[in-house]
Amino acid sequence: MSTLAETIKFRKSKLNMNEVKLPVKILIHILVGGFSILCIIPFLFVIIIAFTAESSISEIGYSFWPNAWSLDSITYLAKLGKQLWVSYGNSFLITIVGTILSVLMCVMYSYALFRKDFKFRGFFTMFSFFTTMFGGGLAPTYMICKNLLGLSDNYAAIIVPLLVNPFNIIVMRTFFRTSVPYELIEAASVDGSGEYRTLFEIIVPISKPGIATIALLNALAYWNEWFIPLLYIRDAAHTPLQFLLYRMQAQVDFLAKNSGIMGPEATKLAQNTPKNSLRMMMVVLVVIPIACAYPFFQRYIISGLTIGSVKE
Amino acid sequence: MLDVLAAKKTGNKWAKRKKTLLLISMVAPGAIWLILLRYLPMIGIVVAFQKYKIYSKAPSLLNNIIHSQFNGLGNFKFLFKTTDSLKMIRNTLLYNICWIILMLVVAVTFAIMINEITQKLVAKTYQTLMFFPYFLSWVVVSYFVLAFLDPTSGLLTNLQKSLGQVPTRWYNDPKPWPFILTITNLWKGLGYSSILYLATITGISASQYEAASIDGASKWQQVIHVTLPHLRPMILLLFIISIGKVFNADFGLFYTVPMDSGPLYPVTQVIDTYVYRALMATGGDVGMSTAASLFQNAVGFLFLMGANQIVKKIDEESSLF
Repeated sequence: MSTLAETIKFRKSKLNMNEVKLPVKILIHILVGGFSILCIIPFLFVIIIAFTAESSISEIGYSFWPNAWSLDSITYLAKLGKQLWVSYGNSFLITIVGTILSVLMCVMYSYALFRKDFKFRGFFTMFSFFTTMFGGGLAPTYMICKNLLGLSDNYAAIIVPLLVNPFNIIVMRTFFRTSVPYELIEAASVDGSGEYRTLFEIIVPISKPGIATIALLNALAYWNEWFIPLLYIRDAAHTPLQFLLYRMQAQVDFLAKNSGIMGPEATKLAQNTPKNSLRMMMVVLVVIPIACAYPFFQRYIISGLTIGSVKE
Repeated sequence: MLDVLAAKKTGNKWAKRKKTLLLISMVAPGAIWLILLRYLPMIGIVVAFQKYKIYSKAPSLLNNIIHSQFNGLGNFKFLFKTTDSLKMIRNTLLYNICWIILMLVVAVTFAIMINEITQKLVAKTYQTLMFFPYFLSWVVVSYFVLAFLDPTSGLLTNLQKSLGQVPTRWYNDPKPWPFILTITNLWKGLGYSSILYLATITGISASQYEAASIDGASKWQQVIHVTLPHLRPMILLLFIISIGKVFNADFGLFYTVPMDSGPLYPVTQVIDTYVYRALMATGGDVGMSTAASLFQNAVGFLFLMGANQIVKKIDEESSLF
């Protein structure tokens, strides 16, 4: 007993010897801790602005300590919110459908690349990898999507362009290689299990962490996408949340225009809109789902990023 | 006996074919997508050598391409003749080169510092907070920047006013923008980059540091002789990838964060924003847009190969392929 305690003590003192000195420690906490706080301060600032009374903004501008608080932005959202809820719905729909489809395609593609006995393995690996190094560029892609594939003012226009990501295929294949014992596939084949059954009933259940990583990366990409809608979406009905936010940069009254309220009442509403706080309230509503969720799933994302950056 | 063997062989052959077909059916959805959205546009590159015009009799993509006149390298000549395009190429290159070096130095420093924090909960909290900007879109970030720079209510604008200075008209004055873009880019990407390096550092076995420490190596010497050599493959790999992208800029950063403001174009126009603006502007020039993309892609491809060859000479293990 005593020897064990002594060894631990000895180890500890040795580890302490290898720690940095106190002034350096303090400096590290100031730099890293300071930057960490800087990373969320803009968001806190935007939350404060969202609850600031318009009178205070016109007096002293955006401030961390406003003269007066107000809930105007929320009450106006309740009145003008039709477009907001449509966009929220669009964003959720696009994220859910897009994530399911893209994960399915990624898992199937990378599983085939993982199979050593697949005759065209090398070809299809190169086939996806090459697109990360060379491409046709924006204009030809845009023309083909819009004119040939009909990706314009529909949900497919936002879902389809993000379906395949060669980076995710590499991550998933690497994940299969490191976590799926190859004998499992051979054993399943001997037992007469079909290829699809082997994939979905044996491989997929044991690859859940890898699939979760891919699913989260895809979900994040779909949720944050605004450039694809900028290209292909013109009507308000298909506008997702991030694109709505983008449109409000130039047209602050975009919400009022698409609120479904007509006539003099609409003009009155548009005139009295607390424009500054309303816009920032929109930002808060866009960021809140991510801010609440990411601390719980960041470890999956990190594992995906580190797998992806490791050469095979 | 022989019959049975022969039957087994043909059976095997069929089983093999069936397996190959099934595996092809698994890659098919992804492969079709790649053909339609990645390889077909590569054929569209011909537009870069054309004076692209919409064929008024029967406008369709194919007809437009067929009936547009070829003008050889005309688009490229025009691209390199104007001062505007030289400016955008200069901007893209300068920002990228500065940011590659800056991000590398700061991210590695931060990763080493985080690794020295002994209270695991504190280190975890810092990491989580630093990772936050990675999850935000550039549109959201542009509003964060607006909160500080808004011409009437921005925090900095009002700070200048209260100090009795004439407030800077941030979205009209190009001078501060190289710094604003640099800070914004560092703010958004630092957490992500340092987490990548940190993952490698935490993988270094503690016994190496213990051995170095017993040999009397100071903390600084341990960083130089243990940590950095372990980070080398990762640094080189990320370096090759970023050299391959030295002509590509982050569209969102250069487009939405400056709010697409015209007076700022001299310092915010990069190849990617040019490609977009040339395509979408009324009376946009599809040929020019495609030519700029092709230049970007071709040179990027050559740079990637070149950087990979150079790294291969220095350190065989660290090359990309």
